Amino acid sequence: MGAWFSENGLLIGLALLDGLANAALIFMVAVGLNLVFGVLRIVNVAHGSLFAIGAYAAASLGLFLASLGLPPAFGFAALVVAAALVGGLLGPLIERLVLRRIYGQEEVLQLLVTFALFMILEDVQKLVWGVQPILQDAPMKLLGTVEVPFGEDTIPFTAYQLFLLPGVALATLVGLAWFLRRTLTGRVIVAVTTDKEAAMAMGIDAAKVTLLTFTFGAALAALGGALASPTTSLVPGIGAQTIVLSFAVVATAGLGQIEGAAISALMIGLGRSIAVYLAPEFEVVVPYLIMVAVLLVRPQGLFGVLETRRV
Amino acid sequence: MSGTVTAPARRVAPIGEALLALLGIAAVILAAWAVPWLKFILTVALAKGIAVLGILLLLRAGQVSFGHSMFLAIGAYTVAFLAPALPEALLLLPLGAAIAGLFGLVIGLFVVRYRDIFFGMLNLALSMVLYSLLEKLYSLTKGTDGIRVSGLRFAGITPDLATQEWVMFGLALGLAILFGLLVRAYLGSPMGRALAGIKTRETRLEFMGVSARRVLLAAYVLSAVMGGVAGTLVAMTSRHVTPQLAYWTSSGELVFIAVLGGAGSALGPFLGAAAFELVRVYAAAAVADAWQMILGAVLLLVILFAPGGLWGMLAGRLGRRP
Repeated sequence: MGAWFSENGLLIGLALLDGLANAALIFMVAVGLNLVFGVLRIVNVAHGSLFAIGAYAAASLGLFLASLGLPPAFGFAALVVAAALVGGLLGPLIERLVLRRIYGQEEVLQLLVTFALFMILEDVQKLVWGVQPILQDAPMKLLGTVEVPFGEDTIPFTAYQLFLLPGVALATLVGLAWFLRRTLTGRVIVAVTTDKEAAMAMGIDAAKVTLLTFTFGAALAALGGALASPTTSLVPGIGAQTIVLSFAVVATAGLGQIEGAAISALMIGLGRSIAVYLAPEFEVVVPYLIMVAVLLVRPQGLFGVLETRRV
Repeated sequence: MSGTVTAPARRVAPIGEALLALLGIAAVILAAWAVPWLKFILTVALAKGIAVLGILLLLRAGQVSFGHSMFLAIGAYTVAFLAPALPEALLLLPLGAAIAGLFGLVIGLFVVRYRDIFFGMLNLALSMVLYSLLEKLYSLTKGTDGIRVSGLRFAGITPDLATQEWVMFGLALGLAILFGLLVRAYLGSPMGRALAGIKTRETRLEFMGVSARRVLLAAYVLSAVMGGVAGTLVAMTSRHVTPQLAYWTSSGELVFIAVLGGAGSALGPFLGAAAFELVRVYAAAAVADAWQMILGAVLLLVILFAPGGLWGMLAGRLGRRP
């Protein structure tokens, strides 16, 4: 172990840090997907597009603010404002115009509808932002790098990825758990998730809760994208990659599990970044392998509860 | 009633369906003969129609696979890998189908345990695994450059290009008819009827002593074989294979064609495929960047307002109430 570790140890350390940042981003998207599924009973394939559009919007807004001569700190405001705009505009639009027509219908039909939305939004990105890579990394540069001690060495890593991303993800996890369990609105959402008819009988406006939840989920996806935008060049296709990844996270954890999604996001994020350093050809394959391995043993996911069979 | 995306609308008398099929065959041959450059497009459309027949089988069970083009890619790459050693097309065709069927069996054993979103997304995930392997293992597959397929022989004869185009067209048409009839018979058989049972109430099937997993597995393997056949035909016609064949957008296109054509008849996939390929020739050139957006919008409109697809519209005019 000794010789191998001194040779590859730093790489492993870097992979662990990368994986953590990665997991934080995937978690943001997966948790929104999960929340929306809980209330709407629809797995929204277009959820990944909201991530991508959030990322593009944040980068554009950041570049625009910078071109006005504003200090780079405004880049952070751009991230949040872009996410809120994308979630607040596209969320209600999609829910009201399209999804509302297909509630309670066959699952395959719902799947096809969100798939169609996904195809449309994919090209919207290309038409608005083109196919050239876009990079706006001012927020990441602003926070600088940290020397992370690792054994006898240190690893330079950006503070943005080391503190901000995991911090926001953790805050989302804790905040969401608190919101759903301790506030009235949150409990209403849980009630609709558990038994929509009973909740409606108690006087809950399910249509309103649905709209609210979908908008909130869309904003989470857009925020995930906005936060990811400083770390990478934006190219077409990130939406597809994101939805498949976050579905892998959700399926591995079990549909509807929020804390579970955090753990499986960590597993998949770490697995992927370790693969990047050890066997880069298989980076893309690792998340699916983890998902398939888990589903083979536990079809309901790691933390999922078996649903009673339909009779 | 115009039916739904997964179920037939009105029934059309078998004689009417047969007449429509003959009419379609005649139209395709006439078009290929009158407009030579259409021959290539129609051959690809027929091949895709065969693959979409497989999607149709799964749709009957209420399941949709967003990764089905992986079997198309397996068939195509079988041709590309084996052609240098074994240039005989009439052997490569069944080989590609058999290997795709074998993969279908192994993958099927895993995915038929899941339904709905899990079924759809697991297929998508597995097809993306195949795509990235085809793309990354450069020494074997030449990555995104793809592999050229050349020097094919048909029954020992190496035809010139014009003849080969006709041979491929004939092969595709013959196989389309063969598999169309096969799927029609299959859907009418107890195995096919049981597929609809998976969609409505799976537990009832089990109460009757029918294994839902086996019913779905049989359909899945058959659909994989048809995907493989389509792949070999595409590889031999375009004489070039790339990982793009396994990409999720290719699978999305197959699902799109199935919904556009309508799930009501084995003719639906071919109606859909012909319409799709013809529109693509014009639309993709005019609006390359918005091509997927148009597909998505049409898919949405068909699902929301004409769930029976093209076949449903035809059947609505010709048919009688069931």
